[in-house]
Amino acid sequence: MLDYTFQWKVVWKRLPDLFEGAILTLELTILSSIIGLLIASILVIWQKNDNIFLRNFTKTWISIARNTPALLQIYIAYFGLGSFGIHLSSYVAVLGAIAFNNAGYMTEILRGGFSSVSKNQNQAAKGLGLNNFQTYVYVIYPQVLKTVFLPMTNQFIWAMMGTSLGIIIGLQELTGMTTFLQSQTFRPFEFYFIAALIYIFISKSILLSSGFIAKKYLRI
Amino acid sequence: MIKIKDVHKSYGDLKVLDGIDLEVNNGEVVCLVGASGSGKSTLLLCVNALEGIDKGEVLVDEISVHDKNTNQNELRKKLGIVFQQFNTFPHLTALNNVSLALKLVLKMSKKESNDLAEEHLIKVGLKEKLNHYPSELSGGQQQRLAIARALAMSPSYLLLDEITSALDPELVGEVLDTLRMLADEGMTMIVVTHEIPFAREVANRVAFFHEGKIHEIGSPKDLISNPKKIRTKEFLSKIL
Repeated sequence: MLDYTFQWKVVWKRLPDLFEGAILTLELTILSSIIGLLIASILVIWQKNDNIFLRNFTKTWISIARNTPALLQIYIAYFGLGSFGIHLSSYVAVLGAIAFNNAGYMTEILRGGFSSVSKNQNQAAKGLGLNNFQTYVYVIYPQVLKTVFLPMTNQFIWAMMGTSLGIIIGLQELTGMTTFLQSQTFRPFEFYFIAALIYIFISKSILLSSGFIAKKYLRI
Repeated sequence: MIKIKDVHKSYGDLKVLDGIDLEVNNGEVVCLVGASGSGKSTLLLCVNALEGIDKGEVLVDEISVHDKNTNQNELRKKLGIVFQQFNTFPHLTALNNVSLALKLVLKMSKKESNDLAEEHLIKVGLKEKLNHYPSELSGGQQQRLAIARALAMSPSYLLLDEITSALDPELVGEVLDTLRMLADEGMTMIVVTHEIPFAREVANRVAFFHEGKIHEIGSPKDLISNPKKIRTKEFLSKIL
């Protein structure tokens, strides 16, 4: 086992390809998180809506997103929807599925954030004459943001992990690209090792910058 | 002048206010006393429309508080309210806690609002704490901050909801001192309180609440030293 000779040169040569995969990974992570967060912001309101249809819709979404494997969600988007004549590219399928998954988790994070702000804050703001909009923007949301910021960062990183499932439907994000390259060069260990380092680098960058923002602007 | 006329309110089957009549004249301090759950705090919330009512009417300077056509945000400028749990805004410094509504509601400039906020914080003895966050303040300081926040809006009336109940005993004095100062300045106040000695000293009238009704009302001397009704006597003997 110990007579294995590492061959790093071949990895350096294909580094541009790895970066291309990494950029696709980053792009999917950012887009799926933004879309997920936008949907979650709506779902968290619908969750308490008087309309029973909207409430149940939200409940079902959260339930499926959180209680089924992300891989299955990607399969449903890519293969399942085909039964209805909806044919998504592997890019859209992965983006859609991870955004769907993100929205489910993020709704729960936001719900926790809102319930952590005491009802009294609302009364205090109204009592000072603030209208509904001002109360939310200047009093409630900043406090919600503080509570949800770090859990959202974790979700963001989780989304990045999730995008690696794209390999299964032929997407060449970082994991997909790495797998493709090692199969061409027969140097799996070297390629996967460097891919791991790139993943760690992206995660740590996200964590460090969010930690910085949390400290500097949110006093967390 | 605040006129409360035959106000009824229930939460589901629970009747909280059962026909309250009370008039508070300008410059008057009225203390509301009574057991927990007797409706005192709810009445305060009804006066500035933080709670709706089922029947009756509340008039503030002849404006009907719960009328559909009343602009309640506008009305609340006249009515400062301070709560038992302070409800300071944890994400804002003391200065910004006070200046927020000055900017948003009274449309003051940044400089104007900060100056006025500072002035009111100094008045309640928080000169050293302008840039501190509520979490860095003691309970008494937070409550004085909440009072400054309400006062900065120059309300005509102040509604105070058990504002010393959540404080450690040694911090109650500093908040009551602030109230004495306001009473001396002629601020009109409705004060829900369990501090009977304070009510005796500062109030023009004291109302004893029992089961959603004003059971007895009168001057502090009459009501506290010489209650006529048996329920009032029982209540006072328990807490004095």
